[in-house]
Amino acid sequence: MNGRAGAVRNRLAPESPAWQNGPLPIEKLDLEAQLMAIAPEQTNTRPRRARAAVTAVERLRLEDVSVFYGNTPAVKNVSLSIRQGEVLALIGPSGCGKTTLLRTLNRLTELTPNASHSGRVLLDGEDTDDIVDTELRRRVSMVFQQPNPFPMSIFDNVGFALREQSRKRPRRRELEPLVDHALQRAGLHDEVRADLNRSALRLSGGQQQRLCIARAIAQEPEILLMDEPCSALDPRSTAVIEDLILQLREDLAIVVVTHNLQQAHRIADRVAFMYLGDLVEAGETEQVFSDPREEQTREYIAGVFG
Amino acid sequence: MASAQPVDSTRPAPPRRRRHGRRSSLRSWRLRDQITFVLAWTVGLGLCAVAISVVVFFAVEGIQYLRPSLLVTHPSASVSQSGSGGFLDAIEGTVLLGAIGLLIAVPIGVVTAVWVIEYGRPRWLGRIVESTVEIIAGTPDIVIAIFGLALFQLGAFSFLSFSEPGGAFGRSFLTAGAMMSFLAIPPVYTATRNGLIATPRQMREASFALGKTRIATIRRVVLPAVRRDIATGSTLGLARIIGDTAIVILLLGATLRLQSDGALGFLSGTGSSLTSYIYNNSPAGDGNAPDKAYAAAAVLLLLVLVLNWGVGRIGRIGGPPIHAERRLGA
Ligand SMILES: Nc1ncnc2c1ncn2[C@@H]1O[C@H](COP(=O)(O)OP(=O)(O)O)[C@@H](O)[C@H]1O
Ligand SMILES: [Mg+2]
Repeated sequence: MNGRAGAVRNRLAPESPAWQNGPLPIEKLDLEAQLMAIAPEQTNTRPRRARAAVTAVERLRLEDVSVFYGNTPAVKNVSLSIRQGEVLALIGPSGCGKTTLLRTLNRLTELTPNASHSGRVLLDGEDTDDIVDTELRRRVSMVFQQPNPFPMSIFDNVGFALREQSRKRPRRRELEPLVDHALQRAGLHDEVRADLNRSALRLSGGQQQRLCIARAIAQEPEILLMDEPCSALDPRSTAVIEDLILQLREDLAIVVVTHNLQQAHRIADRVAFMYLGDLVEAGETEQVFSDPREEQTREYIAGVFG
Repeated sequence: MASAQPVDSTRPAPPRRRRHGRRSSLRSWRLRDQITFVLAWTVGLGLCAVAISVVVFFAVEGIQYLRPSLLVTHPSASVSQSGSGGFLDAIEGTVLLGAIGLLIAVPIGVVTAVWVIEYGRPRWLGRIVESTVEIIAGTPDIVIAIFGLALFQLGAFSFLSFSEPGGAFGRSFLTAGAMMSFLAIPPVYTATRNGLIATPRQMREASFALGKTRIATIRRVVLPAVRRDIATGSTLGLARIIGDTAIVILLLGATLRLQSDGALGFLSGTGSSLTSYIYNNSPAGDGNAPDKAYAAAAVLLLLVLVLNWGVGRIGRIGGPPIHAERRLGA
């Protein structure tokens, strides 16, 4: 555990130039470090698993970010800090701009023709607008609300991001350990190991979503964005994915959008509450839930819980 | 399993299984619905009857004259039917035309559809492209053929066909195949386009979110997702090509045998196809060998039936198409 996390942290440490030059070519990746897979601890017990991380390092910082569709603001003047080693939950009623904010972080909003933004998003101090979009999205990966595997084999889904990252298209042999490792981290390996050539579309909804997580973390991103990753899943799959999120937070900064307050309470170290495009309040989970500073937060939480 | 075990007569009979419960009867429908219902069935059965009689007619008429030797011998000019050989050249011609036509039509149809759906900017250009394909789809083949003749008789294209110092004849497999591609482009384009439209946006976004460029997304995700649509469109296009006569007669010469002419060998030479062979040997043509026309027609019909069957198969390879399956899985 420590060995792996340490290796990853080393790779990401500010003095290391690795991440500044974008993702490493496959052949240079430290295979050994990646292969030291973690046996997932089976700790299904505590209802609340989040904890205020002492070691959290700020990775992503939003400075006065606003996002517009045409002239209508969907996100207004949000400033927020996102740290590695902890889970940040974005909560709020639907339509309040959670998805929009999330998609701004990897500049996916740019795919929407009439969307524009102001303010700055800094990844390790660098303005994301100055990073080439494809590189940014490899460092800031995303899992969507609906499981959206590609219509290809399980192996090709996970290997998708790794391929064509380097000039030379890596061979299957070279990808195998990385794909296996990503599947292990996503807790899917045991279920699909028998036949990685099976079509990903044949998996169940929960398995598909874990496959999407494996696909998103295969290239060792620094930030993982998850937009209501469990809203299309049954309670059992939800529990599996929540466990997974808690394990991943060691190596990644994770932002989870959820409209499920219980879920936010279970997994988040910090919570940000949005309302009509405004970031009303952000703070440690316990504080926001038990002693919110703002009246709007109190009403929303009371409304959902009560 | 059950049959392997001895029947236990003391066990109570299993409950009667039914597929569905009570339904509304035709009698309770409104008159208009009743009439429509009967009409739909009549027309449907009528069409089936026509199709079946065509197949049966050629199964009986054609196959009775069809000898294996006809498929492998060259045709020759003769006044008697017994001396005029088989139609090997016509079969070769049909295959060659189909191959050339598809080789040109599939890339054009697919690339056009990808551009219109995935890029499509500026909008007005996208609309122009769409209506151009519609116009091509609606143009009669004889018009395409005569246009091709005018086009390929230009000096610039003389290397494509037999030519003399005075000009090109414009007739060859290449020129005919090029014009045949106009028949196949619309079905290829339409099938690809519909497949692209049905491919969920989230699939493209997933690829972008993993740091892929638009072009890599198209190549690795979008095109594989519409493989089957492309195959279906190509098969439909191929069926149109091998069924066409006008272009063969005007642009291929409908000569008895394949002839090598000009700079590119048999590709710039003339020939015939099954359709033109049928026409020439029918009572309307000059060969006047109806037996062989029937036999060739049976072969052609069989080819088209196999292609149609193939289209149906393609649609099912590896399970239902992604769009349907995604909906089931979600
Ligand atoms: N593509 C779009 N074009 C225009 N308006 C949009 C678009 N997407 C979202 N919106 C609007 O932006 C607001 C925030 O939406 P969204 O970010 O999806 O909220 P949430 O994820 O919190 O439910 C909503 O009012 C929505 O109508
Ligand atoms: Mg949303």
